[in-house]
Amino acid sequence: MQDTRGAPRERWVTVHPLLVRVTHWVNAVALVCMVMSGWEIYDASPLLPFIFPPWMTLGGWLAGAIAWHFAAMWLLAVNGLVYVIYGIVGRHFRRSFFPLSARSVWMDFRSALALRLHHTPGVYNAVQKLLYLVVLLFGLLAVLSGLAMWKPVQLWWLTAALGSYSSVRWVHFVAMTGIVGFVVIHLILVAVVPSTLPTMITGRARVPAGMEAHPDA
Amino acid sequence: MRRTTLIRPRDAAPELRKLERRLMLKSGLSLGALTMLTGCDLNDGDVFDRALFAMSHFNDRVQALLFSRTRLAATFPASRITNPFRFNAFYDEDDVPDIDGATWTMAVSGLVDDKTPWSLARLRTLPQESQITRHICIEGWSQIGEWSGVPLHVFLKRIGADTRAKYVGFTCADRYYTSLDMPSALHPQTILALDFIGKPLPPDFGYPMRLRIPTKLGFKSAKHVVSLSVTNTYPGGYWEDQGYNWFSGT
Repeated sequence: MQDTRGAPRERWVTVHPLLVRVTHWVNAVALVCMVMSGWEIYDASPLLPFIFPPWMTLGGWLAGAIAWHFAAMWLLAVNGLVYVIYGIVGRHFRRSFFPLSARSVWMDFRSALALRLHHTPGVYNAVQKLLYLVVLLFGLLAVLSGLAMWKPVQLWWLTAALGSYSSVRWVHFVAMTGIVGFVVIHLILVAVVPSTLPTMITGRARVPAGMEAHPDA
Repeated sequence: MRRTTLIRPRDAAPELRKLERRLMLKSGLSLGALTMLTGCDLNDGDVFDRALFAMSHFNDRVQALLFSRTRLAATFPASRITNPFRFNAFYDEDDVPDIDGATWTMAVSGLVDDKTPWSLARLRTLPQESQITRHICIEGWSQIGEWSGVPLHVFLKRIGADTRAKYVGFTCADRYYTSLDMPSALHPQTILALDFIGKPLPPDFGYPMRLRIPTKLGFKSAKHVVSLSVTNTYPGGYWEDQGYNWFSGT
């Protein structure tokens, strides 16, 4: 777009639709509650020879942690459902995460390591697309393994599909680790490109003169 | 397990009266929720406490809907029984109550026709069932054991219990107590267990009689039971009153 004098100049475009922004931040709150209370529950009977330090946990003790976990799960589930329905029906997933090929992931990964990958507002590079898809799958796995652990008798088929009661705890732990790993990478990337943070709040990104942007709205 | 701080009842009384009035007027929450609030210390924040208990109560109802009276907990072959079986209580093994089975009786009260106390010998005359099921602790660990005894639905029928009542409450010799919703109490795998792996219950595992309910988390399977009551008044529970979810179904 150009101004009346014909010279190209910077402009603002909406790259994150309102629904994506709202569900993103609600999810952030729900996820922090789930992970921190989950760590407290883990500490009651650790799977590995370590526990999460109490300052990293939520709930104070097992009962409090379980109460937080099973309250926040509704926020996480309802919010997640709204996001996924929008993602499919509103074609957000298709537009933002596809097409995706192994080759493009490899190319973008190499460019990123060589610090040659530039951030284009509203466009995900192939590595980002892969990360978002993988964390969605980890999220699905966390929800399913969580349900399987909560209701091994009433939802026995789900527990059986994921192994047994004892193995489902491990599945849930692995899913949590995957999600937390994603969050760490996600936060590092935000630190590298800090302009993405206000954009996730306002939805609007500044597009420098001459650069193409792809509004997602 | 970490110790919990209990609010002294006299400290909480004025706040509770206020809260009770508000809840009664607003949403007709069951007496259960109110009773649960009295001993709770989930979080220092009053607002958080109330929100968490409201959610826990909501989860009770969701779980009651998910519960099926006919769906059975998985059973296992004898080869899968956990050995050694872990002792677990809110006190050390040294403090396990020492009970004389010859003089022990279980009192029966509430909405029942026959309130005669039950001796061990008399319980043995009722039909017995055996099960090898997984005992799942709220802490996350689990172990497989074999329990035999009188199905609770048989016992409730025998004493002429009003099975339209909401709760079956239990109190124990070690000052433990807990309660079940009636549908879970009538589930075919809910038993008044007298034996563990073919022998009378060892003291560590609830001699002379314990509840065994594989459709709920382990803390619901009360040991050393001394009384049973059928009631519409929410009986709560030792852990439930401190914040564990009451229904705690599996």
